[in-house]
Amino acid sequence: MPSPDDRRYSKEHEWLKQQGETAYIGITDYAQEQLGDVVYVDLPEAGATIAQFEKMGEIESVKAVSELFAPASGDVLMANEEVVQKPELVNSDPLGAGWLLQVKLSDPSQLDALLTAHQYDDFIAAEAKDQT
Amino acid sequence: MSLPAPTLRKTALFDLHEQQGARIVPFAGWAMPVQYRGIVEEHHAVRRRAGVFDVSHMGRLFVAGAGAAALLRSALTYDVASLPEARGHYALLCNEDGGIIDDPYVYRLDAQRFLFVGNAANAARDRDLVAAHVQPDMDAELLDRQEQTVMLAVQGPAAEAYVARLLGPPVAAMGTRACTELPFMGTKLFVSRTGYTGEDGFELVGSVEAGRAIWRQLVTDGVEPCGLGARDTLRLEAALPLWGHDIDETTDPYEAGLGWVVSLDDGADFPGRAALARVKQAGTTRRLTCLRATGRGVVRDGCPLLRGGEPVGSVTSGGYSPTLATSVAMAYLPVALAREGTELAVDVRGRTLPVVVVKRPFVRGTPPRPPTP
Repeated sequence: MPSPDDRRYSKEHEWLKQQGETAYIGITDYAQEQLGDVVYVDLPEAGATIAQFEKMGEIESVKAVSELFAPASGDVLMANEEVVQKPELVNSDPLGAGWLLQVKLSDPSQLDALLTAHQYDDFIAAEAKDQT
Repeated sequence: MSLPAPTLRKTALFDLHEQQGARIVPFAGWAMPVQYRGIVEEHHAVRRRAGVFDVSHMGRLFVAGAGAAALLRSALTYDVASLPEARGHYALLCNEDGGIIDDPYVYRLDAQRFLFVGNAANAARDRDLVAAHVQPDMDAELLDRQEQTVMLAVQGPAAEAYVARLLGPPVAAMGTRACTELPFMGTKLFVSRTGYTGEDGFELVGSVEAGRAIWRQLVTDGVEPCGLGARDTLRLEAALPLWGHDIDETTDPYEAGLGWVVSLDDGADFPGRAALARVKQAGTTRRLTCLRATGRGVVRDGCPLLRGGEPVGSVTSGGYSPTLATSVAMAYLPVALAREGTELAVDVRGRTLPVVVVKRPFVRGTPPRPPTP
């Protein structure tokens, strides 16, 4: 299924959906599929700042731990408390209820450095091909 | 620079796993399914109903002849020569220092025939070590059947019903650790009431054709195909040690809680006997201990354990328990700290996660059927 074109994507498999000066951040469907059952997320708290392409947290599946990278810089407005309580939401609805952070973007022009849905789908197709 | 990928061995069911949509990973030189639908789903299927695992990567060594019992007794810590026919037992292969080289399961089919099932990573070495104990005047033949056969594990409270439907009602009467051979598709099928999940279940060894037919039928009947991911979470909940993690050549059976697999009273000699007798006499200073996380987060292998900020051990197996919905782990701890209720901390990549010492196992599965007399 093609990634929705209402948001931008990073090569570390995070998505960012802009709504004015704020944005929602999550991981892609491809990422949750690769991770398998998500059992724990470690997210920055409200008030923390995150920097584009730098580590912002961790996500653990039954199999392994992975780092989360910020798709853009900003101040964290809210971490998704529901996902902290029920990490399986990342698997069942990665692009919706399984969002991770709401942030206030410090520089919306940073989004130009992210991939479009089409570019991201090409990117994961190439990555999947590399694995076989 | 990239090195060429080493060629991985594939089990005779590899194409069936791919058809089933399995995710394949390298494991001990084999290309093995780690999951099909998902580790948690497969895990729960085994605890609640039944799952089937392809464990054909395990070593399978048949030992036959009048000297088979004596040969295996001279190689292993456990007195397998006293095993009744049609019964299996856990055993250890140790080095002269009492370190654990492997932890095979040994089945006695009849007076003169045994099946030795070892870890995939150790299969070739196990075979060579057992072969080195063959004496010139000994009637004992070693038949390595890892290539020619398939091994499946059918585990879970409903395993008995599924296996009985496939192989006939008599398998339901088998007690825990019992083993037998049954005719199936014109060949002999080895059946035992054993496993590595803490649940009731069966392990089967048969021809490639039989193994493929059984796998297909079980999956068609509704048994969940399960990968190595669920095999690991299930055995961790059952606090069953994994060789290469919880036990290896640097650990001895007593500190691993496996003293019950060391027979010192029958007078037989075996590698490590003298060293193990000394350890038993002196007592151990540390013990493989079960830990349960009391906060959120996942304890992983290698994480340091802290008591008052000081390191007191490190995690040998850690992960997420789908049944308890929390992280659990095993680690060697000084005996004084290995008591139930002791509170410790685990350093998870710089973050501190509180854990508490609990009784083993973490999860008790379906009570196993008592052994048949």
